Amino acid sequence: MQKYFSQVRSMLQNWPDLLFRGITRISAVSVLILLFAIIVSLIVGSLPSIKATGFQFLASPEWDPVTDRFGALVPIVGTLVTASISLLIAVPVSFGIALFLTELSPRWLRRPLGIAIELLAGIPSIIYGMWGLFVFAPLFGEYIEPWMSNHIGNLPIIGPFFSGPPMGIGILTAGIILAIMVIPFIASVMRDVFEVVPAMLKESAYGLGATTWEVTWNVVLPYTKIGVVGGIMLGLGRALGETMAVTFVIGNAHSLTQSLLMPGNSISSALANEFNEAVGELYTSALIELGLILFFITFVVLTFARFLLYKLGKREGKVA
Amino acid sequence: MLTLYARRRLINILSLGISILAMGFGLFWLGWILFTLLFHGLPGLSLQVFTQITPPPGSTGGLINAIAGSLMMTALGTLIGTPIGILAGTYLAEFGQRGWIAPITRFINDVLLSAPSIVIGLFVYEVYVIRTKHFSGWAGAFALAILVIPIVIRTTENMLRLVPNSLREAAAALGAPQWKVITLVTLRAARAGILTGVLLAVARISGETAPLLFTALNNQFWSSNMNQPMANLPVVIFQFAMSPYADWKQLAWAGAMLITFSVLTLNILARVFFRQQSSTH
Repeated sequence: MQKYFSQVRSMLQNWPDLLFRGITRISAVSVLILLFAIIVSLIVGSLPSIKATGFQFLASPEWDPVTDRFGALVPIVGTLVTASISLLIAVPVSFGIALFLTELSPRWLRRPLGIAIELLAGIPSIIYGMWGLFVFAPLFGEYIEPWMSNHIGNLPIIGPFFSGPPMGIGILTAGIILAIMVIPFIASVMRDVFEVVPAMLKESAYGLGATTWEVTWNVVLPYTKIGVVGGIMLGLGRALGETMAVTFVIGNAHSLTQSLLMPGNSISSALANEFNEAVGELYTSALIELGLILFFITFVVLTFARFLLYKLGKREGKVA
Repeated sequence: MLTLYARRRLINILSLGISILAMGFGLFWLGWILFTLLFHGLPGLSLQVFTQITPPPGSTGGLINAIAGSLMMTALGTLIGTPIGILAGTYLAEFGQRGWIAPITRFINDVLLSAPSIVIGLFVYEVYVIRTKHFSGWAGAFALAILVIPIVIRTTENMLRLVPNSLREAAAALGAPQWKVITLVTLRAARAGILTGVLLAVARISGETAPLLFTALNNQFWSSNMNQPMANLPVVIFQFAMSPYADWKQLAWAGAMLITFSVLTLNILARVFFRQQSSTH
């Protein structure tokens, strides 16, 4: 009885503490609720479409609002292809930038150059879209694409990917613009993980007579590979979900072609273009199901990325 | 045939040269994009842009309704998102040592940090726009708030972790209860860093277009009613840039320049604050 009273009394005395703790905890839990709510609302919204088409939705290239027949194959392929092109370009470039910033650059230049690269990440995506459509695509279509279809277009195996009319806009253009957008994300993660390599390891290799490249390739990269892959996955997550830049330059054609110079469509650009004009329950619902698929893909990629970065962080004793 | 030594030197020089090229490649795009914005944006910038509302095609006008709408929704989104973010970040940093809530929240928050913003727009459309049956400024502000929360949580937690434990212990030793230690000592010590996070969040949402397409939509006229569709710079830029009218495109470039340079200024401001924070520790 006595013990009970003292417990109650200490609880009463601590009530501001308990209240404060409770409020902060509710805020933290609200993040979990938010994620849950996003998933549930997307599933509920896409139920009519799931009921109507089932798994056929994922495999069908058809997209015809007039006859209410919807398939997600074209936008899914478009999203995956543009994101892959962007990584093919962005990963080596980001590696070069991170190498420059950690090993080559004079100390006084590191900070301004690092900020410049981060500013590239700060430019809103709609600006990339406008610049891509009005500045980059015309030049690309006039000078680079004709060269591509004349010189690479006739080669076996890879030829068909690069043949076709030079229009400027298309899947390849969207991939290149995406690459410019994700370079700063990947480069800054790579730079951060390169910086946690103990100086002693690098100095030992230099002491044995290794060149800067050999130190980077044989010491720094193996030591940080988990973090590097995590950074690449983070960039992939960005590239998959990017909307406005892609919407401007991808051409918004619901067709499946082998040529990368042809216009295509991605999940996010289909949503941005068609959602407000969608009439009918099934059309809206099919678009929401596209959103659900996009969320699912990015969720898996980002979870994987964070998992890798945490693993690296644990080894270092801090989160990278 | 090169000797081993010469080959190693050659590979080294080549790869380092490529690394310098990569750096130049990154800076090249930044320079080109900023130059394009100045080149197309400056001729369109005039007093009219800040005094008149968006015109119908073929007549002159400005962007004042879009600028005002963007400011209102960004401000409200920040006001709604920041307190939740700071409180949740405080929980993660100060109470998050034990239990399962903190690690899971941290993980989910990191995933939400880079979740596609267009899906957030879809979510707000589903739960708010459909219920209220119309697009509205509030819906836009809610969508932006959802983008603010993860950024503020992440920076708040990181900044609170930089506060030395001896500070907490000193306050606790004087008999201060935990909520006073946190609000009056640790949060105060970390405030410059937390402000950095808020500024970065504002910079991020003020350029966001995708989440506003299905929530705030757009409004041709002046409207300060948050329950009505609301004009905002990014969506106006999108609509005007895609239009065939030359004077609309001109306004879109002016808006694009305005938005980019304000976002970049916010980014640089945030870094200056952060530098002050780091130098006090």
